[in-house]
Amino acid sequence: MSRAALLAAADGEPLIRWDWIGRNLDEIGSLLRDHLIMSIVPVVLGLAVALPAGLACAQWRRLYAPVTAVTSALYALPAIAVFIVLIPFTGLTRTTVMIPLTLYTLSVLIPSVVDGLRSVPEHVRLSAVAMGYGPARRLATVELPIALPVVMSGLRIATVSNISLVSVGALLGQGGLGMLFTDGANRDFTTPIIVGIVLSVALALVADALLLLVQWLLTPWSRAGRGRGARAERRAAAAGHADAAPVEEAAL
Amino acid sequence: MNAIWDAIRWFFQSAQWSGPDGIPHRLLEHLEYSGLAFAITVVLALPLGLVLGHQRRGRLASALGFLVVGGANGARALPTLGLLTLAVTLTSSDLVPILLPLVVLAVPPVLVNTYTGVQQVEPGLRDAAEGMGMTGRQVLLKVEAPVALPLILLGLRTAAIQIVSTAAIAAFVGLGGLGRYIIDGLKRQEYATTAGGAILVILLAFAVQLCFSVLARTAVSPGLRRSASS
Repeated sequence: MSRAALLAAADGEPLIRWDWIGRNLDEIGSLLRDHLIMSIVPVVLGLAVALPAGLACAQWRRLYAPVTAVTSALYALPAIAVFIVLIPFTGLTRTTVMIPLTLYTLSVLIPSVVDGLRSVPEHVRLSAVAMGYGPARRLATVELPIALPVVMSGLRIATVSNISLVSVGALLGQGGLGMLFTDGANRDFTTPIIVGIVLSVALALVADALLLLVQWLLTPWSRAGRGRGARAERRAAAAGHADAAPVEEAAL
Repeated sequence: MNAIWDAIRWFFQSAQWSGPDGIPHRLLEHLEYSGLAFAITVVLALPLGLVLGHQRRGRLASALGFLVVGGANGARALPTLGLLTLAVTLTSSDLVPILLPLVVLAVPPVLVNTYTGVQQVEPGLRDAAEGMGMTGRQVLLKVEAPVALPLILLGLRTAAIQIVSTAAIAAFVGLGGLGRYIIDGLKRQEYATTAGGAILVILLAFAVQLCFSVLARTAVSPGLRRSASS
């Protein structure tokens, strides 16, 4: 690809025309805003549904098998195909793009909520019971905080995937930054495509970093040990983190 | 609802079942491209994941492992349509520039799941295998790979489904296959064609999903199946 890029440059047509970016800043900004809305709203909706659904699955174990069957089927649904099927109902709108992304978010988040709640050690649960915690208080102050890292890793996967998936909506004319891809391809012009890829990846990385920050803020106990033991602990945490991601992949 | 009926009627028109734009031909094309991309992905990612997972000791191995996991998670952020349009705009609408993004997007799940699957094999199992006099290669192929198989199959399934649905999107940059109905239908504003293509792509994705479930049930050692199904 780099040789081709060089050839394109030798053609006199540069890979990126900076003046195009300067002239189209407003347009790019509004596409970026669309992109953000279309990728974040499904994550918020998905979380709002996945939390109670995950709690129910953790509570009534018999529910989990059918729910997993549904979520894994949802995960397999190609976004583009779902967009098309929805057109008669919701038209060529943002809603059409956001519905499959919400379903996708659910397929990632429900398993991670259940896995997170299951990761609460039994002795911790029993300790809370022994200390007189009722079910609701135990859930809010003991179980959910312990489940948080696993839920957050699912949330990060859903957010990053959604941000990259939104651009497929461009095939319907609703793709946020994806519009730059179709525009560039139709005009055989690389600048918008590169701008779109760079911004889309940057958006995903920023969102991921923000979610990591939220997790850091919400789990003060994970960085309680400072000083001598801190380094070993960090290393353990890093190892745990490296493990967590693929386990989530497995949950998909 | 009329639109749905049109789409269903579309399946029963005889024109849909023959010729280069017929469903059998398009399906075959789709399977061919997807199969090719999947084969390349497996050849690239599977051995690499196995070997990297097997080489656990040493600083280099752990650095490479960190790179694999981090890189694969980062690859999720790459927009499919962007890679496809960039590849085609830079080169041509030939098969290779279109297959390249498909492979790029499918390698990470296979690589990460194979790597972690092998790496997370219980150390006791490994020690036992070495104690029985197995060589490194035997440990990898007879112990580590079978134990990691459920996770490896999940990675392969994720990759296969991703390839099938990305191949449909690749019709936008000129690839044949079922995506042609979706893209051409959108362009000509024939909803029935587009919806027919979408339904076929969904069915194909479910078929792939089903194949891998069956494979997981038959290929995974009985001793592991309980944990695999959970």
